[in-house]
Amino acid sequence: MSWFKRDRPDDKKPKAIDEESKHVKTEGLWQKCDGCRQIVWKKDLAANWNICPKCGHHFRIDAVSRIRMLFDGGDYEVFDAALHSTDPLGFVDSKPYVKRLEAARLETGLRDALVAARGKLGGRQVEICSMEVRFIGGSMGAVVGEKITRAIERSLASRSPLVIVSASGGARMQEGAVSLMQMCKICSALMRLDQARVPFISVLTDPTTGGVTASFAMLGDLNIAEPGALIGFAGPRVIEQTIRQKLPEGFQRSEFLVKHGMLDAVVPRLELKAYIARAFDFFCQQ
Amino acid sequence: MDPEITSDAPAPPELHPAWKRVQLARHPKRPHSLDYIDRLFTDFQELHGDRSFADDPAIVAGLARFDGRPIVIVAEEKGRNTKERLQHNFGMPKPEGYRKALRIMQLAAKFGRPVITFLDTTGAYPGIDAEERGQAEAIARNLREMARLAIPVIVVVIGEGGSGGALALGVGNTVLMFENAVYSVISPESCASIIYRDSGKAERAAAALRLTAEDLDQLGLIDTIIPEPEGGAQEDPEAAAENLRQALRHSLLDLAALSGEQLVEHRYAKFRKMGNFFA
Ligand SMILES: [Zn+2]
Repeated sequence: MSWFKRDRPDDKKPKAIDEESKHVKTEGLWQKCDGCRQIVWKKDLAANWNICPKCGHHFRIDAVSRIRMLFDGGDYEVFDAALHSTDPLGFVDSKPYVKRLEAARLETGLRDALVAARGKLGGRQVEICSMEVRFIGGSMGAVVGEKITRAIERSLASRSPLVIVSASGGARMQEGAVSLMQMCKICSALMRLDQARVPFISVLTDPTTGGVTASFAMLGDLNIAEPGALIGFAGPRVIEQTIRQKLPEGFQRSEFLVKHGMLDAVVPRLELKAYIARAFDFFCQQ
Repeated sequence: MDPEITSDAPAPPELHPAWKRVQLARHPKRPHSLDYIDRLFTDFQELHGDRSFADDPAIVAGLARFDGRPIVIVAEEKGRNTKERLQHNFGMPKPEGYRKALRIMQLAAKFGRPVITFLDTTGAYPGIDAEERGQAEAIARNLREMARLAIPVIVVVIGEGGSGGALALGVGNTVLMFENAVYSVISPESCASIIYRDSGKAERAAAALRLTAEDLDQLGLIDTIIPEPEGGAQEDPEAAAENLRQALRHSLLDLAALSGEQLVEHRYAKFRKMGNFFA
């Protein structure tokens, strides 16, 4: 794959396909919508922030687009972009973890599964962390843990509100217990943010599961989700295997979580920025 | 996943040392929380319920005395025989279990008593009801609120430290781990079924995950390894309990010098620097 230029995040040409990038096969001019089963032109999707123009189904959106969408004028400063894993376990499965990291970097243009940035949202300075699910399933290892913790520390220092947009399968297996402890590290920092009364809004998007849901994603002053997002602790497959029965329709989707009292609201993508701005006005205005 | 499936036959020598440890950590005769509570504490008074839904028997919590001093114990309990295992839901807590744990840890903080937690679970219970009642939220809240406790918190991984389900009781000033205990982000079986598409390759996964006490010590994620008797804690539970007693005494003594505020700061500093594996 060495003929690919490394620094072009938009480069999505098909390449050697592994388990994590099977979806690359569907690359083309159009895509079938999971919501309405109709054919949607990719151009139309992209022009509509990856929301189906026909039925409103929310397709996943990459971390950088998300950040651009939230900051005023798409203007922001990125932090810790070069931070990358040093492979604490020397982990090797079907391929070495370092190779997996490199492949993810080529696909996404990022060094790990999260973009941390500061900018203005509705005229107010905020810190935003946005997870990239195409980077090893958006999984959280030491880099994601550190970047979020530093973002919380910046929030604390400047008393600017925090937004974390989650899209993750959970803790990163390839960093073992190091990943697990990031949950404690982040939640401890959130304890300080909570004590300092600096607002934090958690936005849960498809998918948010495992150790991400079971740490910062559920600890917002407000927890809000995009429509139809898969949100849970255990993955649906694991639950099915354990209880040996089919899961009910809509189980672990945003609307299900609201019904069971786990979320403040389901907020469509196009209303997200206004919702957050309004909430911070409520919390912060003197 | 079912602890009862684990064979109690001694592991053949060709097994990978990490996998042997997994077998020992899940050994059906391995002492569980109640065994240690019986041996180490006096006046144990169990406290029940999360005050909002139910009492979860996968977590046993209560007041007790250690060397005559009042402490609070919060422990995951797998059960010692088939009947007990069913009764304790194989040590897989539900949200109400984590909420009970938090309630009792906050009770300890209110009255300035040290908390000792025992970690021993395959993982948090993966079921419809647990998800409906907010398994993720319950674990997350514990992680944040344990960070706030202005009392000494000592965590002991006594057997299986199964991912977030164990971690929910794991934010301590001191984290002790038995020699043959394991602590992992995912079970070797689940890991193997993801990376090798074959849960039978759990032995390889166990080696790759670096989940033994030595591994965690080298990664800077635990403080002290508690030695076990030859062949594992199940060979001499009395001796294992005695080693734990010594370790708890040392930890409590060390932490007694710190004020409530210092304890919170100490715990924060400890977790803040975990996992400096980036450049
Ligand atoms: Zn559609």
